[in-house]
Formats: sequence, structure tokens, C-alpha cells
Amino acid sequence: MTYVGMPTPSETPQETMAKIAGTAAKMKVVIVGGGVSGLSAGWWLARSGASVTVLDKGIVGWEASGRNGGGASHYQSPLFEEEQRMWPHMDALLGYPTEHQQERLVIAVTPKQLNQYHYLAKMNNDMGYRVDLLTGDQVRAMVPLAGDNCLGGMHYRFGGHANPQRSVQAYAWALQDLGGRIYQHSPVTGFETEGGKVVAVHATSGRHECDAVVVAAGPQIQALMAKLGVEVPLAAARAEMIVTEPAPMMPIGGVDGNGLYGRQTLRGNLAYGGGPHEWLETFEAGPPARPSSPLTRNLARRVAELFPKAAHLNVIRSWAGIVENTPDGRPIIDRMKAPENVTVITMSGVGFGLSPASGHAVRDLVVDGQCSFTDLAKLSLSRFDGIGADWREQRGWQPQKADLAA
Amino acid sequence: MHVNNGTDPHAIGTKLPAPEARYDVVVVGAGPAGLAAALAGAGEGKSVLLVDENPIPGAAMGNDVPLLFGGRMTTATQNAERMLETVFMSEPMLEAAMEAGVEVLLGTSAWGVYRNGPGVTGLPESVVALADKDRGWIVGYNQLILATGARDLAIGFPGWNQPGVMGAAALERLLAHYEAFAGKRVLIVGSHDLALNAALLAREKGVEVAGLVEVRSAPQGDAALADAVRAAQIPFYLEDAPAEAIGGIDGVERVRLLSGAVIDVDTVVLAIGLVPSIELIDAMGGKRVLDGARGGYIPGENAGVTCVGDCAGLADTGFDHVEYRMEWARELGKLSAPDTIVCQCEEVTRADLLGVQPPRYLERPAPMQARSLNTLIQDGPPNPDQIKRLTRAGMGVCQGRRCRDQVAMMLAMAADGPFGSVPLATHRAPVRPLPLRILADWEESEDMRAGWDVWFGIPTQWVPYRDIDTPREREHQEAIAEGWSL
Ligand SMILES: Cc1cc2nc3c(=O)[nH]c(=O)nc-3n(C[C@H](O)[C@H](O)[C@H](O)COP(=O)(O)OP(=O)(O)OC[C@H]3O[C@@H](n4cnc5c(N)ncnc54)[C@H](O)[C@@H]3O)c2cc1C
Ligand SMILES: Cc1cc2nc3c(=O)[nH]c(=O)nc-3n(C[C@H](O)[C@H](O)[C@H](O)COP(=O)(O)OP(=O)(O)OC[C@H]3O[C@@H](n4cnc5c(N)ncnc54)[C@H](O)[C@@H]3O)c2cc1C
Repeated sequence: MTYVGMPTPSETPQETMAKIAGTAAKMKVVIVGGGVSGLSAGWWLARSGASVTVLDKGIVGWEASGRNGGGASHYQSPLFEEEQRMWPHMDALLGYPTEHQQERLVIAVTPKQLNQYHYLAKMNNDMGYRVDLLTGDQVRAMVPLAGDNCLGGMHYRFGGHANPQRSVQAYAWALQDLGGRIYQHSPVTGFETEGGKVVAVHATSGRHECDAVVVAAGPQIQALMAKLGVEVPLAAARAEMIVTEPAPMMPIGGVDGNGLYGRQTLRGNLAYGGGPHEWLETFEAGPPARPSSPLTRNLARRVAELFPKAAHLNVIRSWAGIVENTPDGRPIIDRMKAPENVTVITMSGVGFGLSPASGHAVRDLVVDGQCSFTDLAKLSLSRFDGIGADWREQRGWQPQKADLAA
Repeated sequence: MHVNNGTDPHAIGTKLPAPEARYDVVVVGAGPAGLAAALAGAGEGKSVLLVDENPIPGAAMGNDVPLLFGGRMTTATQNAERMLETVFMSEPMLEAAMEAGVEVLLGTSAWGVYRNGPGVTGLPESVVALADKDRGWIVGYNQLILATGARDLAIGFPGWNQPGVMGAAALERLLAHYEAFAGKRVLIVGSHDLALNAALLAREKGVEVAGLVEVRSAPQGDAALADAVRAAQIPFYLEDAPAEAIGGIDGVERVRLLSGAVIDVDTVVLAIGLVPSIELIDAMGGKRVLDGARGGYIPGENAGVTCVGDCAGLADTGFDHVEYRMEWARELGKLSAPDTIVCQCEEVTRADLLGVQPPRYLERPAPMQARSLNTLIQDGPPNPDQIKRLTRAGMGVCQGRRCRDQVAMMLAMAADGPFGSVPLATHRAPVRPLPLRILADWEESEDMRAGWDVWFGIPTQWVPYRDIDTPREREHQEAIAEGWSL
């Protein structure tokens, strides 16, 4: 179940599980946020024997974690090799289906796209991750829905995709099966600190005592951490997707390109997103709404160009999700200096695919104070020390108009 | 660090296009309510656009969109041009509207309403998105009037997932507007006004009516209508229910009732209730309220949008439609086996739904099998959108038209609460399934194309970790950003 295009892992996931078992026994961890980041962290910690409580303001996976493209091919991340090691085993480890599938194809319909993809292929090959370049004819042989307009593409011999909604629930259920508790409809309202540590988390469900806290609340991390005197620079935006009725199954469902990300689901639906985002204000209680816009039409066009042989398929739904970005767009995975038992994780656009590994990293930070399998120094919060208050304006990342819900 | 001098070329900015045309009034739906509204607008000298989706394309009818046609339309519906004529002739007011200066577009559906509000501020103005058989486009309005009517309420029972099980509104559409009903002999489920009217209409149009089945002990509708049905020698089967529809390759051939009676019919007409068509209101994030006397969820106060006719709520006769349909759902639920289909598109059975089990193409390991709606309810009140994600019920091409309401009823029953205790599964645009090529904006602005990126267009995001803070970082950023406006 390993990939031909990746380094061979030195240890099986089962061995890792055996190694961590019992390492966090008696530790009480409260996790703020039941998205994929918080749930994966909770699951890893429960596997280590910790007593885990997850608090979410709504239903697990209701925000970005249940609304994303399901892509899992983030070669740029220091978590990538760990993600690749874990994903093929997640169904078995969790006990629930995630629909994980291996490998990806990215196909071009303009010369500019093809150039871009060739650059990315080389970048990956330089890292030791195998990418094969494909001609238009090779693509057409592998992607039955591609058309004469396809100029070529690339075949990632690694990476993949999974079903976000099913995966989130799989983490949640697996966590419960290990004795973890999940409180839904239970927004966190504050923290109780003592001696430089958070000793309890307050939520509408009550006061939850803890030895350690993980803050994985997506865009709401900023306001929550501000309560602890820690500034986390984040800006949130809306991103949109569409989905069609089922198409005949393609041999590799993880096909995208033409400025789109997405996948063919195991049912056959084509689910794709891409294009402009809208920067929004962040509200402590969460987004007042997650509307889609007429961008649906532009997405439809791109999908029809990507798969001319699917242009007759009906689009059956559009949706949107809110995703937060740090000033450089990269994740923050870091344990705070003060309060020293708080770990923060914000994943920007790569949190779903990397989730099997991000949970491991958070587990390591919470239990051991440092990550055992990769370097995370460049994902520390301190890289934004001294960033100006106007960092959003400098980038043009502020909401374009005041949100009418304000 | 990468900074864009205060502008983000990949943000939505002003990339969303202005509408192709603007009207003082746009009316969606050309039933009696929409026609009256359009005529009133024209009478005041306003520019008025009136759109109606009829005639419905054959392919959509085959998917029970927007009504539960149950495969009982004749081949006449395949002839789009003839259908257009038939539909136009069936409603003399259409011609009157045109003469009054209303721009009338038939065969045109409204699939979305977009306006700035919570979570979106990038629209140049409020628009309605339209599509016909050739293309999609958007129009602007000062006033939007929704007159979208009501759609069929479907509640499953054994054998309902075959041709020949249809809804009363679809029957009315085929008989009164399309002259294209393929059935000969029908059994009607329900006995409130809808069912009584359906029986009388069918009879008037020469269709044999084998009877009306009513779960309660007496006919429910208007006494005069019930008398008219009796006078036509149409029997009522009281305290009874369809236990099974039995059929062959062409669908229903007969129905076995709970009482044991077996009735030869080619069509079962579900006439338990209608649901106000609030898809557009719900998809635009508008307000809605539950009103059992007016057919279920109806639009609340929504600035700039007026709802008229059945979509604003059925006429209040003091009858509790929601209580009535819940009673039917309980009875038909008892008559259904665990393998009775709930969601036809995705073939989700009652057992799968109540067990929150994944579709059959996925494995169901032991922990998965141990999960159920009951275990999920321990985590909080059930939410149909969550159940949908797990079971796929309501995720198919009919967009939940056949199962949304019954799933909501089943969840309410499972949670031991009233109907409204469980939220309604959300509607989203496009509220009609539309082909990619029709929905597509083929006249995309240069601005949109130039600013397009697969994700946010933040070049630092894609730099391999090991190259961050090295000279290679700049190189990657430039090369990656160079490829943008894909
Ligand atoms: C349209 C779209 C497409 C995407 N495509 C991909 C993709 O293909 N691949 C990929 O890897 N990533 C993708 N992403 C990004 C990915 O979805 C996110 O990185 C990931 O889901 C982040 O997970 P999270 O758990 O950190 O945050 P979230 O999913 O945002 O979860 C945070 C949780 O915290 C809860 N919360 C907030 N405030 C409080 C509070 N006060 N108290 C309690 N709980 C609180 C929220 O309810 C929420 O459930 C996409 C995102 C979007 C929107
Ligand atoms: C079987 C039956 C018999 C009936 N008999 C009688 C009777 O004898 N007397 C009586 O008074 N009433 C009767 N009615 C009720 C009557 O038909 C309705 O009350 C009336 O038609 C409601 O008018 P309306 O304008 O609100 O909606 P409708 O007449 O339903 O018109 C709505 C129109 O909008 C269209 N539409 C909906 N959504 C969209 C969209 N998104 N885009 C474009 N178009 C859209 C629909 O296709 C439809 O054409 C009967 C109804 C049925 C089902």
C-alpha cells in the first residue's frame, strides 16, 4: 500500500501506534474545534492513552473540514511524507471508511498551464517524489472524460484524495471508540489559567479541566488566543465548489487542472473548486452564512473545459467554505511559550490532506514538547513576531465591504 | 515575505459580472399568482420579465424534477417544440401578459438568486440566475416576485420506487397543461383537498379513478369536494394505506392495501400534501418559517423579495398539513421493510438511513456497523445535512426532491420530536440540475480570467519546506506566480 513515488517509510503505522500506546496515560487534553485538525489530534492523543475532550461550537466538520476538495498531495509540507505513510492505513486504523484513493493527475488545456505543471513536476522530482509527464494522448488514454483540447499533463505517483465528510466523521467516531468525548453545539467561551497554564476551558457545556489544550478552531483561533494574550494573525475568506451528477468512473479519480482542484468521488460525481476567493470579516460565533456566488458559472465552465466529455452532466449543487490564512499562507503548528500547555494548529488550505500527519505532530507537541518525525520550526508562530497591525491591508486581504451581518 | 502592495489580484474584487439585462420586476413562475403579479407590474408601467420553466425538458422529468412525474408522461413530452405550444395554449393569460408588455420566457428556469449579505459582499448588485435549453445568464431587478408554486410531497412505501408512483402536482401538470399523461387508471393516496381535486381532475380528463386511500377514518378535505367524489362513484378506502405497489417492467400494475384489498391500477398518485417551493429563498439564505396550516416551511420576511401564491404558503383552511403528513409517514413507515428505498437517486434504504451506513460500494467494518442514528443522536440533535453526507440520502440528481421531506420526518420521529425539531436539509443553487455547458459563463470577463488561480494565489504557500528562507524560495515563488491567471 505504499507509493512507488515516495521514500520507503522506516516504520509501519501499526508500529507507531504500538510505540505511542500509553505514553499520555492520565493526561487530560481539551481540544477546541472539531474540524479535521482537532479531531485527528484528538485521535492521536487518545491512541496515546490521553483522556480527550473535543468541544465544537456546532457539528463536527461543519466548517472547512466538511466542505473542501478532499485533496491530499501537499508535497510542499514537512508533514507530507508522514501523511503519505499514514493515509493508506487510515481506514483500518480508524475502523471507518474515508474513501482514500491514491495518486493524482493534473491536466492542462492551455500552454501556460502545461508550462506551470512541468515546473511543478520538476520541483517534485527534485525532492525525490516521482512525477511522470504525460502527452495529450497519454492523458486521453487515462482520463476518459478529457477532450481534444488537452495538451498534456502530469501523473503524481503519490498523493491522493479522500472524502472529507466521511473522514471527519471517521476521526470523530474512532476518537469516541477510544473513550474520547465530543461535545457538539458547545462553543468555547474562555480559559482559566493558573501558574502559566490553562487549567480549565469554559464552554456552554460547562467547565472542562485539562492538563493541556489544543486550539484548532479555524478562523476563530485568533479571537480565542487573544483571550490568552497571544496574537495569531489570521485572515479568512470564502472559497467555493460545485458538484455534478455521477459520471462513469475514471481509473484515477484524482484528476484536476485547468485552474481547478477537486476529484471524482467514488460515486462518480465531479466535485471541483478554484478561482477567486472573497476575504471576509471573522466573527467569534462563526460565519453567519456560507453562501456561494455566481462564481458557480465560472467553475462550471472550467470543469466543462477540463472534461469536455462531461459537459452534458448536470451540476446538482454548489457550496462554500471559510478558510483562514496566515500572512504567508502556511500553517502554524506550534506549542506556545505562555501559557505553555497550549498548542495551536491552523492549516490554511492544506489541512484536510495533511490531517493524518498534523494530528501526529500535535500529539508530539502536546505530549513530548517536540515533533518526533519532522522539523516544524518554520511553521512556528514566532515567525510573525512584530508583524505590523496592517498586514492584511498590505496584502489587500481585508474584507472588500463591511459584512452586512456585522 | 510576499506582499502585494495592498491589492490581491486573486480576490473576487469586481470580477463577478453585471447582469445582462435589468427589469423593474422579475417574476419567477407563470401560474395564476405569477401571471397576476406580472400583469399588475405591467399595468403600473414597469418593465417586467416573467419566466417559467415549463415545458420541462424530458430528461429532467425523467429525474422527477421539479415534480414527481413518476415516469408517467407520454412521449409527447419529448417533442420540445410541440410541448412549448401546448403549454402556451393551456394558459390564455400568457398571451394577455405578452400583450400587456410583459416579457415572457417559457422553458426558462430560475436556478439561483444572489445578493450581497452575510458572507458575500462582492456582487455588483442583486441578480436572478436563469437558464433555458441553450444557455445560462443573469438578470438584475428592482423587485423580485417569486410565484414558484408548490411541489409534490413524497413519502415512500414498498414498491414506490418504480414508474407509476407519482405526485398530484405532477398529475395536474401532465393532465391540465401538457396533455401528456400516460396512465389509464389511478389510485390516489390521501383525501384532503389536493387528493379530492386530483380525483375530480383525473375523472374530468377521462382517467379512471380506482379510489382514494385515507389513513384516517374519514375523508379529510372540503365536504363539497368529498361529496362530488362520492357522487362520481369513486370509493374511499378509509383507515387504510398502500402496503405495496406491485409491478412489472413498465412499472405499477396493482396495489395491495393494508386491509388486504388488491387494486389493479397503473398509477399511484401521492396526494398527501404539497410543499411550498421555497428552494430559491432557502438557497439565497432567505428567512423561512414553519407553518403546518400552510403546508410546512414557508418564506419569512425577506427584503426585496415578495412571495405570492402557493409558494408563500398554501391556503390556510385550519387543516394541519404537517400533522397529517406525519401520521402518513408513521403509517407508511410501519408498512415498510428495512430494505424499502428512501432515496431513489442513491438507493438508500430505510435501514441504511436509520443506521447511518455508507453506500454499498464502501466497506462496513464492525465499528461502522455498530453506528446508527441512535448513537449519532447522543452527540446532539440530528441534522439532515449531516445524515446526507454519511448515507448519501438526498445527494442525487433530483436534489432531494423525492426524499428531503420524508428524511426530515423520519429524523424527527427517530429523535422523538415534532417535525420542526429537526432542521430542514438546505437547498443550494443551482436549484434545478443544469448541465455544465449550460451553467457555464462562456463570456467570462477578462478580469476573471486574469485573476483566476487554483487556490489563493499566495506563492509562499507552495514553496517546498526545505527551500523556505533559501535563495530557491524566490525562484519558486516567481515561477509559480508566473503560471497564474491559468
Ligand atoms: C472550498 C475549500 C476547499 C478546500 N480544499 C482542500 C483540499 O483539497 N485539500 C486540503 O487539504 N484542504 C483543503 N481545504 C482546506 C481545509 O478544508 C482546511 O485546511 C481544514 O479543513 C482545516 O481544518 P481545521 O480543523 O483546522 O479547521 P475547521 O474545519 O475550520 O474547524 C474548526 C472548528 O472549530 C470550531 N470552532 C470555532 N470556534 C469555536 C469555539 N469558540 N468553540 C468551539 N469550537 C469552535 C468550528 O465549528 C470548526 O468545526 C479547502 C477548504 C475549502 C474551504
Ligand atoms: C391536482 C390539482 C388540482 C387542483 N385543482 C384546483 C381547482 O380545481 N381549483 C383551484 O382553485 N385550485 C386547484 N389546484 C390548486 C392550483 O393549481 C394552485 O393553487 C395554483 O396553481 C397555485 O398557483 P401558483 O401561481 O401559486 O403556482 P403554480 O400554478 O404552481 O405555478 C408555479 C409555476 O412556477 C414554475 N416554477 C417553479 N419554480 C420555478 C423556477 N425556479 N424557475 C422557473 N419556473 C418555476 C412552476 O413550474 C409553475 O409553472 C389544484 C392543484 C392540483 C395539484
